[in-house]
Amino acid sequence: MENNLYSKKVMEHFKKPHNYGRIENADGIGEIGNVVCGDLMKLYIKIGKNKKGEEIVGDIKFETFGCVAAISSSSAVTDLVKGKTIKEALEINSRKIAETLGGLPPIKYHCSVLGADAFLEAIYDYFSKNKRPIPKKIQKNHLRLKKEKKELEERYKQWR
Amino acid sequence: MPKIYFDYAATTPIDPRVAKEMASYVKGKFGNTMSLHSFGQEAKFVLEKSREKVAAVIKAKPNEIIFTGSATESNNLALKGIAFAAFSNAMVGQENQRSREFPTDHLGKKKHIIISQIEHPCVAESVDWLEKQGFEITRLPVDKYGLVNYLDIEKAIKQETILVSTIHGSNEIGTIQPIEEIGKICREKNVYFHTDASQCLGKIPIDVNKMNIDLLTASSHKIYGPKGAALLFIRNGVKIEPILHGGGQERGLRSSTINLAAIVGFAKACEICDKEMKKEAERLEKLRNILIKEVITIKESYLNGHPEKRLPNIINFRFSFIEGESLAIQLDLKGVAVSTGSACSSIKLEPSPILLAIGLSPQEAHGSLRISLGRWTTKKEIDYLLEVLPGIVENLRKISPFKG
Repeated sequence: MENNLYSKKVMEHFKKPHNYGRIENADGIGEIGNVVCGDLMKLYIKIGKNKKGEEIVGDIKFETFGCVAAISSSSAVTDLVKGKTIKEALEINSRKIAETLGGLPPIKYHCSVLGADAFLEAIYDYFSKNKRPIPKKIQKNHLRLKKEKKELEERYKQWR
Repeated sequence: MPKIYFDYAATTPIDPRVAKEMASYVKGKFGNTMSLHSFGQEAKFVLEKSREKVAAVIKAKPNEIIFTGSATESNNLALKGIAFAAFSNAMVGQENQRSREFPTDHLGKKKHIIISQIEHPCVAESVDWLEKQGFEITRLPVDKYGLVNYLDIEKAIKQETILVSTIHGSNEIGTIQPIEEIGKICREKNVYFHTDASQCLGKIPIDVNKMNIDLLTASSHKIYGPKGAALLFIRNGVKIEPILHGGGQERGLRSSTINLAAIVGFAKACEICDKEMKKEAERLEKLRNILIKEVITIKESYLNGHPEKRLPNIINFRFSFIEGESLAIQLDLKGVAVSTGSACSSIKLEPSPILLAIGLSPQEAHGSLRISLGRWTTKKEIDYLLEVLPGIVENLRKISPFKG
């Protein structure tokens, strides 16, 4: 009997997640939580430089409290951005994560969104820590997430 | 790799003895119980024999049993049927006042129904709907073990109350409600008492008379019978309206052609459970207790539900820092089938209302795991689970940002 809930790729990532753990002294940390479904994803990045002197995502690790889709999305996002220049890496989005995973069930699509958001937040954290101008795309995303978080916390209150 | 089923609370395989009993109705005997000829009358005879067998398990009279298609249907019929009967009853002799807001009594007060906060969705959502139709609903809280305080029920009953409905044994956490006490109060206050005993029939003794139950729901596929058959016990004299109208089967309360093969299987399943209940409950309790004792030795793991007042076969644990779907799928990869109340696994992506009702935070509910045992569960299977579970929990915690 096979379990057809998730694609083969998702299960591969879930069984053997890539790049999990913590980076001490990370250059940036992106933390995205969903207080309703309860998932929490944390991405740690270390910025390095390539031969041309461009900034790259030298190392990345994740910690995730969540379902199969959340864990495999975390694993996939680390694969997608590791070693890329920041500029290249910022091209990440939920669609690309879902694609590398061979698709996600519709109800789990938000997990891939979580993955992309966590990475953008880690870069936001890196830029703001270093007092550097923050690209519009990340800034906008950050504000949206803040707003969503507030809305969710309001909802969470009902349950306490 | 083994294939171990620990999800008997979701559904059960058909017992071979049940399948054998059903065979001649699946293959050959096809008569309609409403027909006058011998084909029909044979079916009718078998139907009534089945009714007697099913009634015996809960100490009811055969004519107090209505067969339905599912426990969901039985619960819908009980709640909506009683609600609508109370309404039309209040309207007798007041035909000229029908313009009054539905469904109030002759004093203009809303009819009132009481349920608990740990009902199955088919009860909870049926009363949500009745609320939209104008009934007043009280949803009583439970304590941290999932127990309804029967004194709360006594307090909540008022003049307009028509029905109290509480689940008997929780499908999710296994806690057993003080049904006898609740029944006594309802009888004293002259309010109908319905209980959803889907997880209890055939597993713990039920006596509808001793427990003062007026309506009771139970299902075939939870007790090694086929899907597609269930019952609603309706005490003689209880006023109830049908929700399915038509050919008038089941005393006019459930029109639909009789699904005889399924009912025959249900009856056989009841018979087997009744005979084997005591021994089987003892056996499962022993296995359950071993499992509880061992699992809670895993760091930061807890039992959900009542430590003693619980079904012999349903166990619910909570593991901090990890999520239930991940846990369930990891176990599935090791050949073990279980269930979870985690938000991630629900259609609404919200944590189980039952786990929230016992006071867990959404995060805590996230790491819940239901293990339910049954007729073919062995000590060896329990040992295997205990062997693989701690490692899986540990590995998932390695990935988790929370470490305790």
